[in-house]
Amino acid sequence: MINKIVQSIAEALSGIKDGSTVLMGGFGAAGQPDDLIEGLIEQGAKDLTVVANNAGAGRVGLAKLMEMGRVRKIICSFPRSAGSTVFEELYRAGKLELEIVPQGTLAERMRAAGAGIPAFYTPTGAGTKLAQGKETREFNGRPHIMELSLPGDVALVEAWEADRWGNLTYRQSGRNFNPVMAMAAKLTVAQAHHIRELGDIAPDNVHTPGIFVSRVVHVVRGAPWN
Amino acid sequence: MSSFTRQQMAARVAQDIPEGWFVNLGIGIPTMIADYVPMEREVILHSENGILGMGPAPAPEQATPWLINAGKQPVTLRPGGSFFHHADSFGMIRGGHIDLCVLGAFEVAENGDIANWATSENDSAPAVGGAMDLAAGAKRLWVVMDHTTKDGRPKLVETCGYPLTAHCAVQRIYTNLAVIDVVRGRGFVVREIVPGLSLTELQAKTGATLHTDA
Repeated sequence: MINKIVQSIAEALSGIKDGSTVLMGGFGAAGQPDDLIEGLIEQGAKDLTVVANNAGAGRVGLAKLMEMGRVRKIICSFPRSAGSTVFEELYRAGKLELEIVPQGTLAERMRAAGAGIPAFYTPTGAGTKLAQGKETREFNGRPHIMELSLPGDVALVEAWEADRWGNLTYRQSGRNFNPVMAMAAKLTVAQAHHIRELGDIAPDNVHTPGIFVSRVVHVVRGAPWN
Repeated sequence: MSSFTRQQMAARVAQDIPEGWFVNLGIGIPTMIADYVPMEREVILHSENGILGMGPAPAPEQATPWLINAGKQPVTLRPGGSFFHHADSFGMIRGGHIDLCVLGAFEVAENGDIANWATSENDSAPAVGGAMDLAAGAKRLWVVMDHTTKDGRPKLVETCGYPLTAHCAVQRIYTNLAVIDVVRGRGFVVREIVPGLSLTELQAKTGATLHTDA
């Protein structure tokens, strides 16, 4: 019997190695796998490359992982936002590498990785400083830049529902980067608010088919979201 | 001399958005435009984090952590709205399915270049977010911004001094003083000026030549 549901966050995150590229779902706090990120802090992997839309806020979650010196590089679209103090401090001190990627290019680079497309051309960023060092080619009279796919070793995603085959649904705009990250990583770990019996998620409503998911752990967000 | 308030600028842009358009509104004054589109005129708002049919802010007790806009503020979904992932959302943008994007800007050049993400070449960690995707991908890009900086320097210029967000992308600019089209091969063409301001006075506050059709 296939059963991707594991009993603890520690089990869900076991085996993540130093030097891994970790894709972290979420846009702001929506769809962010908070408990898995906290679990990664406990798990201990270091020298990480983290791919996330934002570079953490406050001193918890991703910001805490960075503050502990466990992140070598961050790849994101919007590093500076309310409360991104830890990022600012580390970046200014030269203790963190940064790669800025336009938000849509970031999503598409991971989608491409999951879909077996090694690179693609996009008009986004052409003629700007983010085009520096990238191949430029004209299509239909318009310049495009080549962007490489962005695969992960690990993806951490937040789902609303999951079953033992790893089929997932997401909640509202919490879907954001989660589906493309799930398909782009070798090991995809989902924290799910609800665990459903196999077959209870209507097949038409599955957002991420279980083929893209390695492990599921049940994490209830608590009232009033039961 | 009079000038438009932020609310008047937002209301002026809203007048030009017809029923049926898919529209992405940036942060700041652009977000306020939604408040001036009458309810009976169906304009479908897109939010790049994965929403079509976005509605106004909810009552505090109805907010959920999963339903936020691109500015990370709680919002609602109108009947007929939908959710999707980021690659689809930016596919809508890059694929030319969004009729209009309205953004703020630091500068717009007479060829339509827009600078709105980094305030200096030396800033190595600016936040680009979805600005480059929207500027390069939407069918139309309009800018709403003050005509000059707080210390009086023109924001409509011959060539952008700040790092570009996109090249030759802007079609129209709504400022607190005027509505100006960016016409390929011509530059800035004035369509409207606030009452009480002359073209000569407007030109003095503009960093590139203003044209008129008259």
